[in-house]
Amino acid sequence: MINLLQYIIEHLIIVIIATVISVGIGIILGIIGYWIRPLASPILLFSEAVQTIPTLALLAILMILFGLGNTTIISGLVLYALLPIVRNTHTGLVSVPPAIKEAARGMGMSKLQRLFWVELPLAFPLIFSGIKISVVNSLSIAVIGVLIGSGGLGYPIYRGIQTQNLNLIMSGAIPIMIMAILFDYLMSVIEKRLSRHAK
Amino acid sequence: MNFIAFIYEHHAEILTSLLKHIYLVVFSVAIGILFSIPAGILLSRHKKTAEKILAVVGIVQTIPGLVMLGLALILFGVGNTPALVVLSVYSVLPILRNTYTGLTEVQPGLIEAGRGLGMTSTQLLFRVELPLAVPSIISGIRISTVYIVSWAALAGLIGAGGLGDLIWTGLSTYNTNYILAGAIPSAVLAFLFSGLIGGILRFVTPRGLRGNAA
Repeated sequence: MINLLQYIIEHLIIVIIATVISVGIGIILGIIGYWIRPLASPILLFSEAVQTIPTLALLAILMILFGLGNTTIISGLVLYALLPIVRNTHTGLVSVPPAIKEAARGMGMSKLQRLFWVELPLAFPLIFSGIKISVVNSLSIAVIGVLIGSGGLGYPIYRGIQTQNLNLIMSGAIPIMIMAILFDYLMSVIEKRLSRHAK
Repeated sequence: MNFIAFIYEHHAEILTSLLKHIYLVVFSVAIGILFSIPAGILLSRHKKTAEKILAVVGIVQTIPGLVMLGLALILFGVGNTPALVVLSVYSVLPILRNTYTGLTEVQPGLIEAGRGLGMTSTQLLFRVELPLAVPSIISGIRISTVYIVSWAALAGLIGAGGLGDLIWTGLSTYNTNYILAGAIPSAVLAFLFSGLIGGILRFVTPRGLRGNAA
């Protein structure tokens, strides 16, 4: 039981670290694509291409680079989480009504002020829903980390497969499903509030 | 180069794994299509039940792939069958959801117009609704296929063969050549499938929808 709790915490920490990093990188990439139009489609294509690479293949290649351990799985999760965040940041920024941007410019706001005071706040509900997709995906991808020597709930699942022990598999699987459903639900509630607020 | 020598030496093994991988993907996506499209059509006629069923299928989808493979291993033993069962189950959701959304998002005006022309409901389905839903269905198939190429690599763990086998051998013996020999072809395979289906998608999109559809 104590072990299981430890795996759950480890799993969560891996997912949270990866999410924080990918939110940072994803939003910055989204902003770059928004400010510098010609870069938008290469950035989006890159994040889409990364997501097309099979999980095990990407993780195995990252393992060659970073070795065994948590760094490898975190960097893999960051790469996989990019697409929803980058795409939603970009779409969110692009779809801010032109009249509002015009008004902000008319008030004498600089480009950065417009971004932080007007455009990002308006795009935030959409960015948040991108983050939600990333978190839910990362929870289940993180399981595969066990194959490249990282911790988390993948460990009891993999041990269970090796020993054909159904209980052990489920002891890893059920917490993941509960967390996925819980995160999905909670973040959907926040998402709804945010978008109502934005209107 | 070491890697090139390795590829040359092991080309038969790599080719067999690649073909096996393609077989796993094509077979399970085909099953997914055969099941999901009729099921999606059925669901689009019963919208209230549909939302519930889609929610349940969505929950099944949150079960990590490794767990499903583990369960299948215990239920069906090692080999092809458990892998094909799991992969087929996984390929269902994206296609089912996109078939359903594609059909329910057909503009009511168009269905009305079809009915006004005296079409029966079967004619409406095959001449109006399905053709308009095809782009959405095909992009569901594309999402499914890319996923399945990825999951099929994991299926190597339960003895299904395929490129995952090579990656797995590489990981457990820390042999970079094996890892790359499995990882690179599987990534290329995913890109090829995605590009191919993307091409089909552009081709089958009804002329009136081109330009505004994804």
